[in-house]
Amino acid sequence: MSTPNSVNNPLRYDLTVIASWIEPGSRVLDLGCGEGTLLSLLRDTKQVVGIGIEKNEAKAIACIEKGLTVLQGDISTEVKDYNDNAFDYIILSQTLQQVYEPAQLLHRLLRIGRRVIVSFPNFSHWRSRLHLLVKGRAPKTEQLPYEWHNTPNIRVITINDFRHFIKQEGCIIRREEAIDTHHHDTAGHRVRLFPNLLATYAIFLLEKKLQAESSRRKA
Amino acid sequence: MSKAAQSHDQGSSVGKVDGRFFTFAEPSDTMPLESGARLGPITLAYETYGELAANQDNAVLVLHALSGDAHAAGIHRSDDPKPGWWDTLIGPGKGIDTSRYFVICSNVLGGCMGSTGPSSINPATNRPYGLDFPMITIGDMVAAQKRLIDALGIPRLLAVIGGSMGGMQVLDWSVRYPEMVFAAIPLATTMRHSALAIAFNEVARQAIMADPHWQKGCYYDGKHPDLGLAVARMIGHITYLSDDALRNRFGRKLQDRNDFSCNFGADFQVESYLRHQGKKFVDRFDANSFLYLTRAADYFDLLLDESEEHVATVFAKALARFLVVSFTSDWLYPTYQSRAMVTAMKRAGRDVSFCEIEAPCGHDAFLLPIKRLATIIKGFLDRVHTEFRK
Repeated sequence: MSTPNSVNNPLRYDLTVIASWIEPGSRVLDLGCGEGTLLSLLRDTKQVVGIGIEKNEAKAIACIEKGLTVLQGDISTEVKDYNDNAFDYIILSQTLQQVYEPAQLLHRLLRIGRRVIVSFPNFSHWRSRLHLLVKGRAPKTEQLPYEWHNTPNIRVITINDFRHFIKQEGCIIRREEAIDTHHHDTAGHRVRLFPNLLATYAIFLLEKKLQAESSRRKA
Repeated sequence: MSKAAQSHDQGSSVGKVDGRFFTFAEPSDTMPLESGARLGPITLAYETYGELAANQDNAVLVLHALSGDAHAAGIHRSDDPKPGWWDTLIGPGKGIDTSRYFVICSNVLGGCMGSTGPSSINPATNRPYGLDFPMITIGDMVAAQKRLIDALGIPRLLAVIGGSMGGMQVLDWSVRYPEMVFAAIPLATTMRHSALAIAFNEVARQAIMADPHWQKGCYYDGKHPDLGLAVARMIGHITYLSDDALRNRFGRKLQDRNDFSCNFGADFQVESYLRHQGKKFVDRFDANSFLYLTRAADYFDLLLDESEEHVATVFAKALARFLVVSFTSDWLYPTYQSRAMVTAMKRAGRDVSFCEIEAPCGHDAFLLPIKRLATIIKGFLDRVHTEFRK
């Protein structure tokens, strides 16, 4: 299922899954692209025309140094400037839990992109549940290593909650994958049974309702 | 190797270079200006570094700011105390690597560093133009540079790069001659002057015009308006620095004294610094050129209209890939102005990268040896060079 990683360029496991979903030659917008590892891979292996948005100056510089097209800025602001359907895929990886207005962002992304790929840490993983149940304290795990007072994760998302959110917002889930991996790990595996309990991360491919219907008709 | 070359942590100097001149628009074929006037003959002073590739795919045009000149890199004589103004960035192994690229830099039309400007001889009178020199625009500067690029036999530039007023020329190049610009790097610049920028320029011009030696621009036979020009430069220097930069460098430190003089000498170090900058400037710059060039920068307006629909059309004609860079402490052309430029490029569907570099030194940051700046310029040029050759 996954694209093999070269030894020199290990890719985080969730990004490997995401990369495998992208069709060659696509136009891709990577939100919170970091140092451009995924964008470089997509450019070199799938002839993707990619653009990254990254808040951190040093990371944005690392991207531009690699010859990637990257804008240093805030995700919510930067996505406003693009025309409708400017991208085939928009990637929002492990960032949704830090977004102030997720619904607004989701609709903006589905305006400028045909498909949106979202990945996030699953807050209802059994370790988190156990932590709260047994210790009576806010969950702290390897995937979510923060204290309540210093976490950048202002949104608590579970896989079930996300599915509900997408339905409520009138969007379509075209594909989903639940995975068990550590935060920066390059290895992991799919979770087929009880993903809301056993998966540390989830990845969803989303579309607008209208478009999902029309692409089904075409098929 | 020169001292200048050794002072950089990476790359070396282009070494000894010669200034060159290109003259065109002879009386039978004068150049039309945006104002409707015609001008000729026109001479542009320029320098080149590196070698033009046989297939002409490696030409980089460097555009200077208000007080710059064609001497961007290297030294003129072996005992030159200072290298060219962008020697930190241009040279073998540097951000703009002259072992790979053919670099051209020309003094702007209207300038006073070898190119035709108000201090040049008007062929009609055999005397310096003074205020008879026609009003020129950023577009006119670019149109003149295009003649030079044509004459050098370069059909398409790999990149145009410049900061401040040089950045305005970069932007103008990208929409005036889109088919000639493969990539564009506007640094610390703007699509249009803010009221603040115009205000500073106006005070600077007033300082020159209030100098009794200015004589409505006809001062070339007598004393020059040195005091006015020095004050104009002092104002300019304030806009090129920042609150942080001034505070860190000078604070309230006194110059060569322990107490106030209780007169109006240069007590504070910052006063002494500004006076020194002013004095140094009058030795090399022409007051009328200062008036014309600041006017051209004030008149420059790529945006024309801030309406949503219009913004998308600004870079609609451009074909270049852009790298836009701003600096955090630049209060002359603050980051929001670069972001507006980036928005316009995005709306037009242009390929644009943007970075706001953290720098405490103000607008002048683009002239300083900032490693991050050299790094992204190098990476970006690498990429566009590869794309250009495809």
